[in-house]
Amino acid sequence: MDDFVLRALAAGCGIAALAGPLGSFVVWRRMAYFGDTLSHSALLGVTLGFLLGVNPMIGVMAVCVALALALVALQRRRTLAADTLLGILSHGSLSLGLVALAFLETLRIDLMAYLFGDILSVTMTDLGWIYGGGVVALAGLALLWRRLLAVTVDEDLARVEGMPVDALRLAFMLLIALVIAVAMKVVGILLITSLLIIPAAAARRFARNPESMALLASVLGVVAVVGGLMASLNWDLPGGPSVVVAAAALFLIGSVVPMRE
Amino acid sequence: MSITSPSSPAPLVWTEDLSVRFGGRTVLNHVDVAVHPGEVVTLIGPNGAGKTTLVRAVLGLVRPTGGRVRRREALRVGYMPQRLTVDATLPLTVRRFLALWRPVPAARIEAALEEAGVARLADAAVQTISGGEMQRVLLARALLSDPELLVLDEPDQAVDVHGQAELFARIEHVRRHRGCGILLVSHDLHTVMARTDRVVCLNGHVCCHGRPEDVSRHPEYHALFGRHAAELAVYLHHHDHSHDEARRVVDGHDGDCCHG
Repeated sequence: MDDFVLRALAAGCGIAALAGPLGSFVVWRRMAYFGDTLSHSALLGVTLGFLLGVNPMIGVMAVCVALALALVALQRRRTLAADTLLGILSHGSLSLGLVALAFLETLRIDLMAYLFGDILSVTMTDLGWIYGGGVVALAGLALLWRRLLAVTVDEDLARVEGMPVDALRLAFMLLIALVIAVAMKVVGILLITSLLIIPAAAARRFARNPESMALLASVLGVVAVVGGLMASLNWDLPGGPSVVVAAAALFLIGSVVPMRE
Repeated sequence: MSITSPSSPAPLVWTEDLSVRFGGRTVLNHVDVAVHPGEVVTLIGPNGAGKTTLVRAVLGLVRPTGGRVRRREALRVGYMPQRLTVDATLPLTVRRFLALWRPVPAARIEAALEEAGVARLADAAVQTISGGEMQRVLLARALLSDPELLVLDEPDQAVDVHGQAELFARIEHVRRHRGCGILLVSHDLHTVMARTDRVVCLNGHVCCHGRPEDVSRHPEYHALFGRHAAELAVYLHHHDHSHDEARRVVDGHDGDCCHG
């Protein structure tokens, strides 16, 4: 197998393993659209990264966090529903990213690669970011696991029990921002959320506790990555979308498999 | 106006001239209530009277706009909310639900489920149990903190009449065995009169408080709750005075319409 294929597999599997537990939380907390909004803002982060001469992933992280904080502040005012706010921020930031990119005439970046991913061009540096960031994110998630579950079940009860609810929510947003930053190269900013939620949703029917759902979501994600990538190589299909199609196919198969009670 | 009884020990939790406003609306207006160890204090009042807001202020979930809420130092509080639904996507057994809030040994979870009368539900998914069963599970959860103060927000709401009687018997049992103070919000006057040490009738301000037997003999109690008040589970709140925008009492009363 060629090196670039091995790197693509390693990158995809790393992201899928990371996306399993975090995506499960996105599903439990009903934050799919929130994840979408954050990832749409990533393009602006990439542009800022180039402008300031720092790694685009740092730019993505910074913009994601800024957007998450802006959203929390806007929600406090309660003048608009959450989905409207998310729509404004999501499309506003994506368009701002596209406009900012057009201004940078000297910058030649492959827009399609950022929007839909370019898994076959993953470098060793990218792999370092994916696995480094992944280990940090998973360690953070493991540390906060019980408390994040409690906050997910009921914020008031968590508060009465003395948990720092706002800090936990912010920590979760940071973890999502980290995943978006490292996954952008593989599936692209328009498809990242699907890698978070589809494997987790597919795993739900077969899970008896939160941990088994998270683990199964990782496994299904890895299967989707391997399957999608193989299909992409065989039939010369775009990598990111093939992975997402494979994940969606797994979800469909999973929802019609008869279950023994 | 103070509602602390002079003979009792220091209260577990008490409010001092507590006011809460949401937007321009005054929900609680100069409220003083206290809960002492081992006593059951029940909040009654019409919808929108601020019962839940008062409970949430006592729990620290709502910030007072005036006055304050004071607690005994390091007070352990067990809170049983009105209702709780867990998202269907989260696979969670009752046992696991109880373990989320603090690290507890499995044996204590079993004991709390036993005490709340729902030991058989330990391995059921939280989404599959009935409203009444969930209330018991929430009671078990509140007991896990070994509370000195139990705060129960309308524990009778999701439960049928039979379930209510059983639930209140459980709560009574908990009070007797643990000696904790209980702050209760209830719609059910019948239960209130049978199981409560003190009743606080709230309508933005405290308009009535005292021991239930005294309150029920008081002529103004009948003015408040109607002639068949004791038989009524759902009651209409009648006032012999009116309130202006700020919920201040605008006629001759000083805010107290009856005293026990």
